Amino acid sequence: MKILVAVKRAIDYNVKARPKADGSDVDLANVKMSMNPFDEIAVEEAIRLQEAGVASETVAVSIGPKQCQETLRTAMAMGIDRGILVSSDDEVQPLAVAKLLKFVVEKEQPELVIVGKQAIDDDSNQVGQMLSALLGWSQGTFACGVELGGSGNLTVRREIDGGIQTLDLKMPAVITTDLRLNEPRYVKLPNIMKAKKKPLDVIEAGETGVDIKPRLVTVKVTEPPVRDGGVKVEDVNELIEKLRNEAKVI
Amino acid sequence: MAVLVVAEHNNSELNAATLNAVTAAIQIDSDVDVLVAGEGCTSVVEQAATIDDVRRVLHTDAAIYANGLAENLADLVVSLAEGYSHLLTAATTTGKNVMPRVSALLDVAQISDIIGVESTDTFVRPVYAGNIIATVQSTDDIKAITVRTTAFEAAKTTGGAATIEVVSEASNLELSTFVGEELTKSDRPELAAADIIVSGGRGVGSSENFSIIEALADKLGAAVGASRAAVDAGYMPNDYQVGQTGKVVAPTVYIAVGISGAIQHLAGMKDSKVIVAINKDEEAPIFGVADYGLVGDLFKEVPAMVDALDG
Repeated sequence: MKILVAVKRAIDYNVKARPKADGSDVDLANVKMSMNPFDEIAVEEAIRLQEAGVASETVAVSIGPKQCQETLRTAMAMGIDRGILVSSDDEVQPLAVAKLLKFVVEKEQPELVIVGKQAIDDDSNQVGQMLSALLGWSQGTFACGVELGGSGNLTVRREIDGGIQTLDLKMPAVITTDLRLNEPRYVKLPNIMKAKKKPLDVIEAGETGVDIKPRLVTVKVTEPPVRDGGVKVEDVNELIEKLRNEAKVI
Repeated sequence: MAVLVVAEHNNSELNAATLNAVTAAIQIDSDVDVLVAGEGCTSVVEQAATIDDVRRVLHTDAAIYANGLAENLADLVVSLAEGYSHLLTAATTTGKNVMPRVSALLDVAQISDIIGVESTDTFVRPVYAGNIIATVQSTDDIKAITVRTTAFEAAKTTGGAATIEVVSEASNLELSTFVGEELTKSDRPELAAADIIVSGGRGVGSSENFSIIEALADKLGAAVGASRAAVDAGYMPNDYQVGQTGKVVAPTVYIAVGISGAIQHLAGMKDSKVIVAINKDEEAPIFGVADYGLVGDLFKEVPAMVDALDG
């Protein structure tokens, strides 16, 4: 079985985003970028399925500017076999990402696609579901457990609001990863060197015939209203007194 | 034009999150219909018909909708989309599972997790873990939207008189099968609906130590929450997680215990009315948003608070 994972180059987890001075967009100049954390979990899951003998080949795809090659190299240093960059310097929104991924899926013919449930920049939580719909495949979103059953179907445990839901998915399928699916491995230095030799193909988004024109226009971005810090209390008695008599909430 | 709200339910009760989505829908257009698709869900249809200002309740009863699985439900919504300018659902795990599928099938963008309605095509939503608030305008004919429930009041269910209309099911795609559900059983209130929440972070130190948090929660009749760090460390299940990647809550009182206040946690609770922080590190960012801060050892202060509440 071939597995395709999608990886997004996004703002680093530890960096606080700020608007540009004119409020037109987020200021990403000189900001540290990394692989979206949920996509690291997707990469790890694909590698584990390969190590378990379930997957024969793992391929990572990223969509965006040429710097996304670094993100693909990270995926390959973790253990992914090869990378594909769908190159575009323009903004590519989730629907367009899903359409470009569909293009790659039709070319590569994987039986399983694993993506992060959401990117920590636009927080859309859309691409996996959209890709699944465009392909007419089954979907297992917010996965915390993935197991290939004897029948050839995929058993997926999903994080839902009240607990865990288990689904049986007909293959091929799209999985989106949640936090507890696995803990991604650290990249070892020799593997970074090895990853440089792994194949990385580049496809120009403009040559795919896919319409990637943005459908949403950003009117403005602002910082959220600042919440003022309150007071420090000396002990629990003062705290309870304030909650009872000042805030009147307990 | 009109708005269709996809209801969330368990075939016997309407999920309260749907009421928040209806409020957002009414802000967009006065003609609001609610779709209840399920199996044996007549009581949900009756509840939906009592929501104030809802025009029609569309009712589809079929085994393939019993568990709200995304593939079949999305196809049903798409089959009903004609005549609607907006399709809405609450940004719960169910809504987030279904609506992007609907969007892709209709070839429209989805606007995720809206916290404000500026006009019929312009909406406000948080991005970058809530550090940025973006106003976005849709250029599509149909707007597919998920609604952050804490940003909209629940619609009232006192004077509604919606007409009920049965709609036929769409075809069965046979892509996924429901196997089972393990729902967290608790006598405590649900996180999303609780008036008071007591949350623990990495500082709590272990799964066993969460009993300290639970004791305070029980004393206050509160729900229990956890930070992502506490979930990552395996102290608590993921459905307790409060934050941008977990649940977004806005209770009357939020008590953060042993939580430093990472950006992504603050994004999930900063709209709470009153925030209390108990942390031994007086430099912890959580004190920057807390109305009442207590610097101290949680293992001493939390049991002391339980005792003091007895007195």
